[in-house]
Amino acid sequence: MAEIVIDNLRKVYPGAKGQPDKVAVEGASFTIHDKEFLVLVGPSGCGKTTTLRMIAGLEDITSGSIRLDGRLINDVAPKDRDLAMVFQNYALYPHMTVYRNMAYALELRRVPKDDIRRRVENAAKLLGLLEPDNLLERKPKALSGGQRQRVALGRAIVREPKAFLFDEPLSNLDAKMRVETRAELSRLHHALQATMVYVTHDQVEAMTLADRIVVMNGGRIQQIAPPLEVYHRPANLFVAGFIGSPRMNTITGTVTGEGDRVIFTEKGTDHPIRLAMRGDLARLLEKHLGQEVILGLRPEHLADARDLTDPDPGATFEARVDVVEPVGAETWVYLRSSAHQLIARVPHAEPRTDIGHTLHFTADLSRARFFHPGTGESL
Amino acid sequence: MTAREKERLRTGLLFISPWLLGFAALTLYPLLASVWFSLCDYSVLTEPVFLGTENYRELWRDEVFWLALRNTVVFAAVSIPLGTALAIGLAVLLNQPVRGRGLYRTIFFLPSLVPAISLAILWQWLLNGSVGLVNEVLQWPLSLVNLVAGTSLRAPDWLNDPSWALWGLVLTGLWGAGNAMVIYLAGLQEIPAELYEAAEMDGANAWQRFVNITLPLLTPVIFFNVIMGLIGSLQTFAVPYILTNGGDGPGRSLLFLATYIYQSAFDYWNMGYASALALVLFLLILALTLVVVRFGEKRVHYAGR
Repeated sequence: MAEIVIDNLRKVYPGAKGQPDKVAVEGASFTIHDKEFLVLVGPSGCGKTTTLRMIAGLEDITSGSIRLDGRLINDVAPKDRDLAMVFQNYALYPHMTVYRNMAYALELRRVPKDDIRRRVENAAKLLGLLEPDNLLERKPKALSGGQRQRVALGRAIVREPKAFLFDEPLSNLDAKMRVETRAELSRLHHALQATMVYVTHDQVEAMTLADRIVVMNGGRIQQIAPPLEVYHRPANLFVAGFIGSPRMNTITGTVTGEGDRVIFTEKGTDHPIRLAMRGDLARLLEKHLGQEVILGLRPEHLADARDLTDPDPGATFEARVDVVEPVGAETWVYLRSSAHQLIARVPHAEPRTDIGHTLHFTADLSRARFFHPGTGESL
Repeated sequence: MTAREKERLRTGLLFISPWLLGFAALTLYPLLASVWFSLCDYSVLTEPVFLGTENYRELWRDEVFWLALRNTVVFAAVSIPLGTALAIGLAVLLNQPVRGRGLYRTIFFLPSLVPAISLAILWQWLLNGSVGLVNEVLQWPLSLVNLVAGTSLRAPDWLNDPSWALWGLVLTGLWGAGNAMVIYLAGLQEIPAELYEAAEMDGANAWQRFVNITLPLLTPVIFFNVIMGLIGSLQTFAVPYILTNGGDGPGRSLLFLATYIYQSAFDYWNMGYASALALVLFLLILALTLVVVRFGEKRVHYAGR
């Protein structure tokens, strides 16, 4: 049982001589619910790791508060927080066997020897450290990267801590191990029913593992929401661009009213893309008549008009095909309108010989998002 | 061997020849010669006369030799653990992120750069029984103890008291801890910071982190320093020789094997006996080093290698 409440957390590193102070985290507030898998995601330097280390107690807090099950832990030593952390480069004790690496925390807590053995062996079984090879008596240097990662997980699991903290635990693994371990982590979370806080720069890890995602940039929280909401309803242009690959298309344009229709017109060209809005979207954009807005559209919501039985003429425009990238199950088509580069994900297994041709593409406007060009905030 | 290989060998030998010649003339020849002299009566001025094992039998009966051996072993047994503990302690302290750390490191390292002669002359004064700084410092706590406990303890006259001279020399030796300290500092900086963070998360306090992380991961460096210290302290000569103005201390309390070798060779001109002593010292160092190596094999952790 653990709920971690973070309120207005701030971290400032004093600058070196003559340098300004560096703000690493600015006013972060969020709650990690009991049994939740919360992922902090963002580009490097966004403050996600600093936030995690403040929760762990490895970093001092400049201001704000962290509460664990209602108890203020700002000044509680890491060893008294009952949190376990899995480090990016495993941080296994090189001079101890796998068994002792996992048992060490329990030895320090004077857990009886039999209990230690039972708990270490249970965790080892859960993580496949006993079968096919018993790794318990090996030293870390005799293990592969994936095995070391599992020992690091085991070291956290045997403690039965209030919450698990993960600092980019998969970033040192090769692509195949990363996918396997990711699935294993998901399974572990369900098996242990534990509170987990996970830091990554990898949006795929964030999307696949998280119950909720906290997107950070420049020390500030950009959005806190479940993965699919972050994906489909990004709070601002940063989140829209950071989550999703290939990234969301953005088109700058102006909103005008023509009769009872609301029209979005691409900016900066004589042959603009013109899209006619309907329904809720029309009502939303009516408030911005005559203003500039940014349209965001996921690549999978842009279709080759030839593939549709009844393409909406108000959402169809012409664009030249620049590059075609078949990635297997689908194909990424890079388009050029007269002012913007766009990407469409089309479900063809075979690349088409359309390069250089101008074709019709249809946007699924029901999935379109609009952003304020100045603030970047979602409208 | 092809012509090409021969030519390469010739070139290689030519390049290494200065070292080979120096080694042969200045190390290998004296080494072999001393083995031969140890079996002879040899006073440098006359030709060596073969005696067989007479020098070694004499040595076995020589009480002065046993005293020198005892002093040498006691000095090594006391100064190595003390020096190791002091150097590690200093290194750990100077590895803390404090302001002016570089300055402190320099200050503690500097004494180890002082030549043995200057060091000995300096410590002659520091350890002086009546005006020395060491006793000046000791006087205050001693008089406090005397006042409270009613005792009449007095600071020793270090270099003139047979039961204290060896300890005075140990103090002098600790002054050179800066050398080992720098090596320990480098060793400490090799230990990844996240190991300490992991231990902290695991619940280890500062002492437990030192015992369970720092010391085990420092063992390769400790091992190296202990071996170097062993070789150095068993050969100790210059500092006690100068401290005693070329003598061997009150009641021969600062007579070491190396001192006795020097006395035999250049005071008594008994080069054969000195060579036998030197060989015994060599075998002693070899044997003790092998013991330490064997002891260390299982206990030294070479991380990541």
